[in-house]
Amino acid sequence: MKLLYFAWLRDRVGKSEETVNLPASVTTVGQLTAWLARQSDGHAAAFDDPIGVHCAVNQEFARDDVPVGPDDEVAFFPPVTGGWGG
Amino acid sequence: MIKVQSEDFDTGAELAALSRGRPEVGAVASFIGLVRDVAGSGELSAMTLEHYPGMTEKQLAQLEAEALARWPLDQVLIIHRYGRLLPGDQIVLCAATSRHRQAAFEACAFLMDWLKTKAPFWKLEEVNGESNWVAARQDDDDAAARWQTDQSSSKKNDVPETE
Repeated sequence: MKLLYFAWLRDRVGKSEETVNLPASVTTVGQLTAWLARQSDGHAAAFDDPIGVHCAVNQEFARDDVPVGPDDEVAFFPPVTGGWGG
Repeated sequence: MIKVQSEDFDTGAELAALSRGRPEVGAVASFIGLVRDVAGSGELSAMTLEHYPGMTEKQLAQLEAEALARWPLDQVLIIHRYGRLLPGDQIVLCAATSRHRQAAFEACAFLMDWLKTKAPFWKLEEVNGESNWVAARQDDDDAAARWQTDQSSSKKNDVPETE
């Protein structure tokens, strides 16, 4: 599975993308987040507070119960802050 | 039409192109977002906009389609920049064209509000020599929520969670 990290998630994980082999027990976004949090100190810092972490599966916003598989592109990022200042 | 680019845009030329050769268009409504020099903790010296290439274009195209489905429009234009920008720089241009002004105004306001909560952009502010990621604002979510229809509110998986 291809994983992408943006903004402060990338800063904490320490890389912008990685490819991982999932254990069979990981089949949803929520399970993936919990599994990633145990992969390194950086991952733990990034996924320690899942409330502030948003996810997209194949470039569509996805909540915790959305299924994930080996062929998916999964991205993690903070809440979006596009547009302008005011 | 969707454009995601690092370079600046010429608003006059972009708006003129929207109605050129289309005499049925009677109204062009537009909004331009600029980088302000104020940040949460002081004076902003620069801002870097990061985005998710691919998903950004996909989400903006969905926004365009949604606006075209909701209002009797001729065209929609969204230009959003990324990269390092300075106070006063243009960030975003939204425009909608229609036969009459009401549809163009409403569609433009809709695009602005939804863009802030749907497009995968993140801002890194440079203030007093330090760089900080900008947190999402609750009032942006509230502004986007006013455009929810019964149909779209039933598809909550499409909407980013609020903080």
